[in-house]
Amino acid sequence: MLKDVTLGQYFPGDTVVHRLDPRTKLILVVLYIIALFNTRGWVSNGLILVLTLVCMRVANIRLKNIFKGLKPMLFIIVLTALLNLFYTRGTPIREGWIITWEGMDRAVKMILRITLLITGTFLLTYTTSPMALTDGLEHLLNPLKKLKVPVHALTLMMSMALRFIPTLIEETDKIMSAQRARGADFETGNLIQRAKALLPILVPLFVSAFRRADELAVAMESRCYHGGEGRTRMNELHYTGIDYIALLLGAALTAGIIVMKHFGV
Amino acid sequence: MAEITVRNLLHTYSVGTPFEKTAIRDIDLKIGQGENIFLLGHTGSGKSTFVQHLNALLQPTAGEVLVDGEDINRSKISRRDIKHRIGLVFQYPEYQLFEETVQADIAFGPRNMKLPETEVQERVLEAAGFTGIGEELLSRSPLELSGGQKRRIAIAGVIAMHPEVLILDEPTAGLDPSGSRQIMENIRSYREKTGATIIVVSHDMDSAAEYGDRLIVFERGSVSMDGSPEEVFSHPRELTSIGLNVPKAAALASALRDSGLRLNGPIYTHEQLLSAIRCAGGEPAC
Repeated sequence: MLKDVTLGQYFPGDTVVHRLDPRTKLILVVLYIIALFNTRGWVSNGLILVLTLVCMRVANIRLKNIFKGLKPMLFIIVLTALLNLFYTRGTPIREGWIITWEGMDRAVKMILRITLLITGTFLLTYTTSPMALTDGLEHLLNPLKKLKVPVHALTLMMSMALRFIPTLIEETDKIMSAQRARGADFETGNLIQRAKALLPILVPLFVSAFRRADELAVAMESRCYHGGEGRTRMNELHYTGIDYIALLLGAALTAGIIVMKHFGV
Repeated sequence: MAEITVRNLLHTYSVGTPFEKTAIRDIDLKIGQGENIFLLGHTGSGKSTFVQHLNALLQPTAGEVLVDGEDINRSKISRRDIKHRIGLVFQYPEYQLFEETVQADIAFGPRNMKLPETEVQERVLEAAGFTGIGEELLSRSPLELSGGQKRRIAIAGVIAMHPEVLILDEPTAGLDPSGSRQIMENIRSYREKTGATIIVVSHDMDSAAEYGDRLIVFERGSVSMDGSPEEVFSHPRELTSIGLNVPKAAALASALRDSGLRLNGPIYTHEQLLSAIRCAGGEPAC
């Protein structure tokens, strides 16, 4: 049921992709997105597609898991494709049709672009534990501390939010089962009836979320937590050889794609 | 009447992901109407997964669950209706309370069964009676009551549906001794007055010895022992090896026997121990 939600889930493993420094992976994802939005022709699109598939293979992530994560975005993908298909001017596929060859071209590229965008970010969250991710983010955002941005507090909030997503999903699952055992019906009825059926889930969920937040705050305070000032970490982040190689490759690829854009391929 | 037959039940969580885990396998059981069962087992032995199959909250990966000879998973409707006949009280059920008043919360189940309002109210009062909830509490908010009271309200919410089989997953976890005893007595009185089947999931051997008629022991997803308390508690070594223990009275009796006192008969409840010691002391009543 709800446990099938794979959005932002971490799959433990021991591949090269898993071992990369989280900072490297964050920078690579940014480079990847820049590259993706600078693709124009089929060559550059194909290049990124192949690269993404290779990374998935290396990271040992199955296509099935990516598709599961894509499901919630299906509506947006289809809508974008349809809009591009019908509203692009050019040579019609057949005399009198609205659909043009240019529209087909753009629709397919659009589908590819959105799918790859999501897949790329999934590669990050599937192979990086939430802890490592926020650690990396905090490091990368460190310069902002000079501008008095509370980087530590923000990343702490982020890691806690990520940490509690699975807990709350599990809790929701449990409450749903309990209410279903009392004859609650979440699947039938019109929109209003279904919205009302959610009440028996939401009220206990909120109550328990507040309780958890309270307990967590007490637990942190009783372990003398008082902000990020002077805190050291157990696992320091270190760049290694593969990190430099990966970053170089990523930069080269992005530069390459941008050059290809000027040649229109 | 509800006779439950479980055949070859197997359940695997998260099929097809790295988190794949088989929680229960090869379960074959028959549970007759009116039985009084304790499901025992170590944490993670599959007890909770098993009971969620009995009212179709979980669907088997393989095997089937029959109630009165009919597969409960045969259709969406049968899966919904079986929940009216087989009531399941979850672990820490107090976290499922949501209504503004205790009365409305207990009425949630019967209302979902689409019963007429007068009958709903009758059932609320009756269920409150079974679980010892005073009438003065019915108009209060369930969230401001004590842990034990909340637990009893949640149990009343299921009892109000008049299930033929009442399953309770660790109904006394986290309660103090008097609260635990009260709940076990409430369950007993429901059974005695309605003839319902009771299945209690627990790892408290003392209450199993005192309240259970048939004990089913789970170990790593399968049934490892199934019998009367007398039979099950005559294998103390096996129980210890799977992380359980024998009731305190049984442990004390075997220690006394080891130190030379001659005690007669099987001993696993306090009463049995008491009378055996009296007999050993030569009291005339024996």
